[in-house]
Amino acid sequence: MNIYIEALIAFHIILGAFFIFVGSFGMIKLPELMSRLHGPSKATTLGVGGFLVGSMIHFGATEGRISIQEILITFFLFITAPVTAHFIAKAYMHAELKPEKLPKPDGRYGWNTYASVEDVKLAAREQATGSDLQG
Amino acid sequence: MSVPKHSHDHSQGEPQAAAQDSHNSHGHGKENHSADHHPGRRYEDNRTYMQRWLPHPLLTFVLVLLWMALLNSFTIGGLVVGLALGMTIPIYTANFWPERPVIRRPTQVISFICILMFDVVVANIQVAYRIVFRRPEQLNTKWITVPLDLTSPEAITALTATITLTPGTVASDLSADGRSLLVHCLDVGSEKEMVRTIKDRYESRIKAIFP
Amino acid sequence: MINYALALGFIAVSLALLMNLWRLATGPTVMDRVLAVDTMVINTIALIILYGIRESTAVYFESALLMAMFGFISTVAYCRFVLRGDVIE
Repeated sequence: MNIYIEALIAFHIILGAFFIFVGSFGMIKLPELMSRLHGPSKATTLGVGGFLVGSMIHFGATEGRISIQEILITFFLFITAPVTAHFIAKAYMHAELKPEKLPKPDGRYGWNTYASVEDVKLAAREQATGSDLQG
Repeated sequence: MSVPKHSHDHSQGEPQAAAQDSHNSHGHGKENHSADHHPGRRYEDNRTYMQRWLPHPLLTFVLVLLWMALLNSFTIGGLVVGLALGMTIPIYTANFWPERPVIRRPTQVISFICILMFDVVVANIQVAYRIVFRRPEQLNTKWITVPLDLTSPEAITALTATITLTPGTVASDLSADGRSLLVHCLDVGSEKEMVRTIKDRYESRIKAIFP
Repeated sequence: MINYALALGFIAVSLALLMNLWRLATGPTVMDRVLAVDTMVINTIALIILYGIRESTAVYFESALLMAMFGFISTVAYCRFVLRGDVIE
């Protein structure tokens, strides 16, 4: 194989390895769960994307065909990583955080995780009628 | 005094109609032709032919593309099976998606995705630097509130995914009336600047895509 | 040159998996452990892909694809259990 293509593949693999390492390193270094969420969900996903670009170039150079499965893996990872980060944040807020530590949103209702069912129904009815029900 | 007259007419009209009905049922036997022609149908179905057999064309297109990508090659047989799956799956699951999402200007989708990819790569490098080379006490983590202008669920989902993919921010919760978003930032200089960045770069573009 | 890069990649992913295991063992809260499991799944996908590049065959990508598609469901199941007490209502 050409030396430049080999260098390109090696560069992508090293870049991916660096991001995966940094992602997990951030998970053990930072003090709180909400800070620890940032590392794995973003840096690790990008690292796997780097590996996949390297593998696409590798299989394109050796076997001469373009395989789309790597793009599909990256696509699935980019779609599901925010979902898991959001879920973990929400479950942590529900279990550990008290609502007084968070800033309040504009309007009269709090955040969705702490709201009761009556609050949500009242908010929906107020939006539907467009008027102020509680005065 | 219109109300008693009306009831009076109605009470006079009803026995006549009942008499007529019984007369009809005697005359025609089992054939009780009421307003609709299908005795088994319990509700009205106003869908057009296209809405019935191809309820979500965008979903069909995405399913066909996904099937071809799973097969990892472009063959006619794969296309035929993909089309068959793409037609049957939306029909069987049509009750889960009552309305089609409206997407204006598909070219803006491509530009938005390009900007997203660029931001993901560049900002990841900055956050990697902050994670490795700064001590955790120096990081300025904060919870911020982003007021939203978007209303449709697809738009809010797109904005949440974008904020979570962009390194430095994780979208955590939505307010109970759906008007603001709770975001956790890893290292933020000023809160107003971060809110303005999110609104300028991402929300304005999403608002142009989803009405 | 690719062999050196692959070796470096294997070392990095293995160290990342060990760090996830450490966080799994000593996370103070439950969600720390859930996060560690989810990150382990993604690191395993990376390991499978590296192995596929090293052996120069494309058969391992299907298993990586399957793990990517279904690996996040375990995290969603754990979180739904913590949030509502029930995984499927």
